[in-house]
Amino acid sequence: MLDYIIRRLLVMVPTLLVISMLVFVIIQLPPGDYLTTLVQEYQDRGEQIGEEVLAFYRDNYGFGEPMWKQYLLWMKGILLEGNMGYSFAYEMPVSDVVGDRMFLTILVSFVTIVFVYIVAFPIGVYSAVNQYSPGDYALTFIGFIGLATPNFLLALVLMYLANEWTGASIGGLVDDHLRDAPMSWEKFVSVLQHLWVPVIVIGTSGTAGMIRRLRANLLDELHKQYVVTALAKGVPPKKALFKYPLRMALNPFIADIGNILPEIISGSAIVSIVLSLETTGPMLLRALETQDMYLAGSFLMVLALLTVVGNLVSDLALAFLDPRIRLGAEASK
Amino acid sequence: MRDERSGEHSNHTIDVDAGVDADVNADVNAGAPMSDAPCSPIAIKERTLSGDLLSVQDLRIGFKMMEGSLEAVKGVSFRVPQGGTVALVGESGSGKSVVSQAIMGILPKAASITGGSILFDDPRNDLPPIDIAALDRHGPQMRAIRGGRISIIFQEPMTALSPLHTIGNQIGEAVELHRNCGAAEVVDLTRDMLRMVGFPDPDRALRTYPFELSGGLRQRAMIAMALVCHPALLIADEPTTALDVTIQAQILKLMRDLQQELGMAVLMITHDLGVVANMAEEIVVMYHGEVMEHGTLDHIFRDPRHPYLKALLKAVPRFDMAPGERLVPIREIETKAESLHAEAVAAHPVVEPEKPILTVDGIRKTFSIRKGGLLKQSAPVRAVDDVGFTVKRGECLGLVGESGCGKTTLSKILMRALSPDAGRVSFYDGTRDIDVLALDGDDLFEFRRTMQFIFQDPFSSLNPRMTVLDILTEPLTIHGIGTMDERKQKAARLMDLVGLDMRHLKRYPHSFSGGQRQRIGIARALALNPELLICDEPVSALDVSIQAQILNLLKDLQRDLGLTYIFISHNLAVVDYIADRIAVMCRGRLVELAPSELLFQNPRHPYTQGLLRAVPDPNPDNALDFAQLMDDKASSPDRWPAPFTDDGTGGLIFHDLGGGHYVRAMADARFERSAA
Repeated sequence: MLDYIIRRLLVMVPTLLVISMLVFVIIQLPPGDYLTTLVQEYQDRGEQIGEEVLAFYRDNYGFGEPMWKQYLLWMKGILLEGNMGYSFAYEMPVSDVVGDRMFLTILVSFVTIVFVYIVAFPIGVYSAVNQYSPGDYALTFIGFIGLATPNFLLALVLMYLANEWTGASIGGLVDDHLRDAPMSWEKFVSVLQHLWVPVIVIGTSGTAGMIRRLRANLLDELHKQYVVTALAKGVPPKKALFKYPLRMALNPFIADIGNILPEIISGSAIVSIVLSLETTGPMLLRALETQDMYLAGSFLMVLALLTVVGNLVSDLALAFLDPRIRLGAEASK
Repeated sequence: MRDERSGEHSNHTIDVDAGVDADVNADVNAGAPMSDAPCSPIAIKERTLSGDLLSVQDLRIGFKMMEGSLEAVKGVSFRVPQGGTVALVGESGSGKSVVSQAIMGILPKAASITGGSILFDDPRNDLPPIDIAALDRHGPQMRAIRGGRISIIFQEPMTALSPLHTIGNQIGEAVELHRNCGAAEVVDLTRDMLRMVGFPDPDRALRTYPFELSGGLRQRAMIAMALVCHPALLIADEPTTALDVTIQAQILKLMRDLQQELGMAVLMITHDLGVVANMAEEIVVMYHGEVMEHGTLDHIFRDPRHPYLKALLKAVPRFDMAPGERLVPIREIETKAESLHAEAVAAHPVVEPEKPILTVDGIRKTFSIRKGGLLKQSAPVRAVDDVGFTVKRGECLGLVGESGCGKTTLSKILMRALSPDAGRVSFYDGTRDIDVLALDGDDLFEFRRTMQFIFQDPFSSLNPRMTVLDILTEPLTIHGIGTMDERKQKAARLMDLVGLDMRHLKRYPHSFSGGQRQRIGIARALALNPELLICDEPVSALDVSIQAQILNLLKDLQRDLGLTYIFISHNLAVVDYIADRIAVMCRGRLVELAPSELLFQNPRHPYTQGLLRAVPDPNPDNALDFAQLMDDKASSPDRWPAPFTDDGTGGLIFHDLGGGHYVRAMADARFERSAA
């Protein structure tokens, strides 16, 4: 087992390296770079940018150098100094820009995933066990609406309704007066008060999808022979359901962890903009627009890292739960 | 009461609502119903019943379908005496399994009992018989009987056990449910039961998962689970159908031994008359949901009355059939081969008809099997080990062996679906010799027309999204033969050939029965006018009556079209019926090769002998000798007695015993010659 984990960790290294190259190339693909954007902006305002500023950027960040040299410079910073580069737009090191926001992002994402699982699980089980009952149809209907509604639209609707009914603005993650305050108990409570809206908005489609998947998985398992065997032993139906088919239906659920993590983080970007959340999403968008390449690149790398780690976690959880994966051997025949 | 049963609740196999109701009932009945039973099942006294253990009277079971309701069981009555063995015999769709599900209270959700009674008289108490049909399916009374007093084992031991729980857990669960035992006692009882069903290391077995076991051991685990509470009645639903013949014999023996030891009754549900003849005391024959005939073993086999039963008995291949005797299927099919015969002859002029059509020499194939999923380990397995034989033009060579003996791997090598590590395959097409293994590109493409394959499973071997016309013309399209019209005509002739209505060409495979699909598969294999057909277990997925139909069809086609067959099967009676010569394989080695009569009269190799002894004959006079059964020794080459011992170091050759009888043994062994 330890062997396996070490091997998986080693495989992650080349995977992440390849991803970093792709990320870098894709960010550089649009014509121009941050400097040309900057010069353009100054010109639009009818100003001239100082020649010494340009020279500073060129010398320190390799603008104008071939792409592979810039890439190596970036990687060297990350690997040797833990320095993810410099954000030109914020005029700060990337890690400083990202720091605060990363915490909030992870908080929102984590709560959302917990929300998705807690809501989807009982509903999915109910739908499968009572297939084609009125309750199943009703939940299926709601689920499809959840799947079909774009998140940002849901966000707008919720914001509008909240404003209409309570007069309160539910945008943002904290009350305005606390926005720049350091973390405190008061700020924490305020975050919790605001958190439910983005969690519901971001979690809805994930929940709906999860319900559908769990229902389908469980329906497959419910008709398997081993369920009949359990009943034939005299196991009460409810206990049989939880011990056997539900346990089997969990596998795809766990395999999903690896996918759901980056999905929620990247999928929440638009919602974050609509709800003006101080998460990383809007910042990534802005960084891509201005070709703030180190900021954008570092963001994408973090997303990639989350995906790879998520997959590792789900693989390990699967091996833990399913003896067929843990002990190997052909499960067929 | 009845209305409630046939209502909403009974429409779910697993029904949480019903479970809730059941829990409420359990509370009313003061505590769990099973917990008052003492832990050790041996401690309980059983009375001798004055009547029957189980008595099914005028049982009717209906299925609710989209198109209305369908009566699957129409007034079935039979009885199971205490400690007796009754066989419920019938083809698929006869309703025999539905009856067993009704007795267990595990009918599928769409089914409900619409009439009749199932009276069960439990010898452990002095209460009057209970009508199972009137009990709430998931109520505490039914749950106490289910698994505690009446148990069931199923056909497929892999799917019937949960892959995620250890054997010990799954067997122990039954003890926990039905006996008042502490955790340690549960483990003890489970371990004892595992030892009783023949697990060599019961302690280890407690912690094994089903997928780590062979099919035979899985079925033993299933039996242990059913018997751990010492039920009064064991229902065995096709318990050996999915197993190899040698394993089947072992399991049957085990069931008999345990039956005697535990004094339980067995209700055996099967379509295999050979198994019935060896196990049952009384037999109930079902057809279309009704009992056709009912009687003792002697009565059923020696004096069958009902035409259906007579027909069924005639449809089963037996060892004592006269040479040239034909099976009589319940529904015979007509074939019209004339037009295709002319085509076949025109396509393949033969210069030397006596020359073997296929010569196989020294084929070897080794697989490395990855073990232990996460940690990479590989153990080479010799799937085919130095196999050589010839196939004469126009004959049928039977290839026999247990699962995993390499017969399918060999057939794939012949078809060029796998490449062997060594060896030679030479095909004589009537004018020249073709080195099959050296073919590539266009030559190989061209060669594929001469050799075709018939698959085992008629359900998965036909593309469900293609019409029969598409299926039959696809080989012609691939090989660019004929115009569209000619292909259609050919498809119509092929349908005619296998006795199907050519008006059904536009239909999809799902609208055909298993036997009809297998005929479509045969027609497809014949589309290119091949000379050699490899049939891989073509009838093992079919009912006996359909099996006879397909076997006769294959025989007729062989005669009319001058085909050559390699017929792979694990069923010796079937091979005996269709094959001229039989090759026996074990662990990748060819151990004996002889004309059918010689092999059956005078088998030389210990493996062949063991194999033959294990086949249940549908004839009560010729019962299996359970004492003589082969143990695992017979299928491990290093434990065969001298001079057959094969420890992998070589030195074994094929001895010619005369009359075309060959056996594999040490080079210095001496044999008396077989009578030709």
